[in-house]
Amino acid sequence: MGLQTYITERKKDKDLLVMAHVVCGYPSFADNMKELEIMAEAGVDLVELQFPFSEPSADGPLFVRANEASLKSGTTIDQCFEFMHQASQRFPFKILMMGYYNTAFKMGEEVFVKRIKEAGGVGYILPDLPVEEFANLHRLSEQEGIEPIVLMTPTSTDGRLAKLGAASRGMVYVVARKGVTGSKTTMGDDVLSLIARCRQHTELPIGVGFGVSCKADMDFLRGTADLAIVGTAALKTWESSGAEGLKVFFAELMA
Amino acid sequence: MDIFDFSDGREGYYGEYGGVFLPEILHATIEELLACFRECKADPKFWQDYVALLQNYSGRPTPITHLENLSRKLGGAQIYVKRDDLNHTGSHKINNVMGQGLLCQRLGKRRVIAETGAGQHGFATATMAAKFGFDCKIYMGAVDVARQRPNVFWMENLGAEVIAVEDGQKTLKDAVNECMRDWVTNMADTHYILGTACGPHPFPEMVSWFQSIIGLEAREQILKQAGKLPDRVYACVGGGSNAMGIFQGFFDDDNVELIGCEAGGHGVGSYMHSARLAYDDASVGVAQGYKTYFLQNDEGNMNETHSVAAGLDYIGINPIFAHLWEQGKVRFEAATDIEVKEALTLTMRTEGLIPALESTHAFVTAIKEAPSMGKDEIILINQSGRGDKDIFTIADALDDSKWKTFIAGKADQYRSEKK
Repeated sequence: MGLQTYITERKKDKDLLVMAHVVCGYPSFADNMKELEIMAEAGVDLVELQFPFSEPSADGPLFVRANEASLKSGTTIDQCFEFMHQASQRFPFKILMMGYYNTAFKMGEEVFVKRIKEAGGVGYILPDLPVEEFANLHRLSEQEGIEPIVLMTPTSTDGRLAKLGAASRGMVYVVARKGVTGSKTTMGDDVLSLIARCRQHTELPIGVGFGVSCKADMDFLRGTADLAIVGTAALKTWESSGAEGLKVFFAELMA
Repeated sequence: MDIFDFSDGREGYYGEYGGVFLPEILHATIEELLACFRECKADPKFWQDYVALLQNYSGRPTPITHLENLSRKLGGAQIYVKRDDLNHTGSHKINNVMGQGLLCQRLGKRRVIAETGAGQHGFATATMAAKFGFDCKIYMGAVDVARQRPNVFWMENLGAEVIAVEDGQKTLKDAVNECMRDWVTNMADTHYILGTACGPHPFPEMVSWFQSIIGLEAREQILKQAGKLPDRVYACVGGGSNAMGIFQGFFDDDNVELIGCEAGGHGVGSYMHSARLAYDDASVGVAQGYKTYFLQNDEGNMNETHSVAAGLDYIGINPIFAHLWEQGKVRFEAATDIEVKEALTLTMRTEGLIPALESTHAFVTAIKEAPSMGKDEIILINQSGRGDKDIFTIADALDDSKWKTFIAGKADQYRSEKK
């Protein structure tokens, strides 16, 4: 089942799905597994597993430190794929690889999509791989049945959105505002009109991320977006109040 | 040879290197920058204004100096030095910065940000921002802030805000990442003054264009002073902007050999260096917005780098050089920290010149090769910066006891003032 169908199916029972995020190996793979258990229990629909990279230039301070700490503790790509494999066997949610293009480039694009597929992942998000550069990887992904997630942003012109829309598969990731991950986004008319603009260029489900952090944001997105993408807020919660805190966080978020 | 003619290939690519690998959110900003740059490059008036600005503000053209004593001592080639250290702010960095300042005015932006390693680019950017009335924020690795305090002092006193970057290795590459993060947030009113010929297109081309003034002057000057073209031209290569600057003057001269000198740090096999092409440790990757040779591991994560010269302490090499190296157009060598200290002492004592630690890497390689060349052969070295800024590092390296006494005395004085 493709990502689009999966999302459409899940949306029959609820009006807004949730995609969550963990940085592989931070604080540890054992902690990652606990986080995923909580997410699964709360009914999270999709999870991004971020493969740590030494130059995470699209990430904000919290994820930057998480990437760095994970690599410092010795996290390898093999471990990340192994973890993806375990998680995809165990949990009902679908899993995406998230990371930077050099990870794919160094192992080879063909190997990259094959390994995601073998590990049970359904797709990937590479924020620093622009449309001009992804033709070959997208072709290989199509052959393997793996879906590349394209990002649409507030600075994308209509012409650009059309180009991005044409290349999109599975779902579209709409970046709610300028900046890096983790800062607060004021959910308002700007976000609504951005989603509306994106809808004109794709019929795929739309996930909205960057700064989605609380129930109010969820309420705002309900009825306009198909998925809310929650990253930094969950990690922040885990760091400040551990597993119990994270349970409460997702319970409140998805109430 | 026009390496910037993309008409029959892919825009922004040099062989398989270069390109634009940035988050979608920056696409429009890069397009805007590219359009503005194309307009400037096509406008003869822009270049005239640029040259006039550097003449009036920075003291261009910088001269060429014949190092007669050193040449005689080495007993081989005649050594000439292009004196970009004589620029205002003490290095070639001002060329690019003034050019991008003029371009920033055309863009209508009022705020500039920049990364800096040694601090020379940050210093130059702060100067330009003060002159043009731009708000200015400089990102600098915390390690570099600690070892280059004099430049930080000047940046702050020129009105720039200096941010010590505490992420990663806390050096130049981390400062670049932090600039990118600022830029993806504030691109509407902010121009990123990238300091070297690296990063996403059009930066390698744009920075090379502004720095080409070095080579334009140098070719004419050496013909006049030495009566012929140089046999070899040496320049240090961190990102590669000063080397691109001087080499471009000789790209069409097939008999002029071009030698890029990288930071060998602790030497071959030490894994504590910044030699991407001279040593075998680098491989092709994509990071910081472009594709080139990076010092990275098998999984694509960047390795730690090292150099006594902060301005060369960087993971990647400009994509133009990656291509020209493969084409055999530019040869790459490395100089170790120890060799640099020796060459610096020699240059100071024989010629009274104080090249920056970065530029001294070019001297090392030239000094090694000069004795085996003929007396009628000509060497040209780009002295891209002056060494005054390195006084703390050099004093440590030379273990200068009088300097240490002076600093200890100063420290005592500040301590007692605090009480």
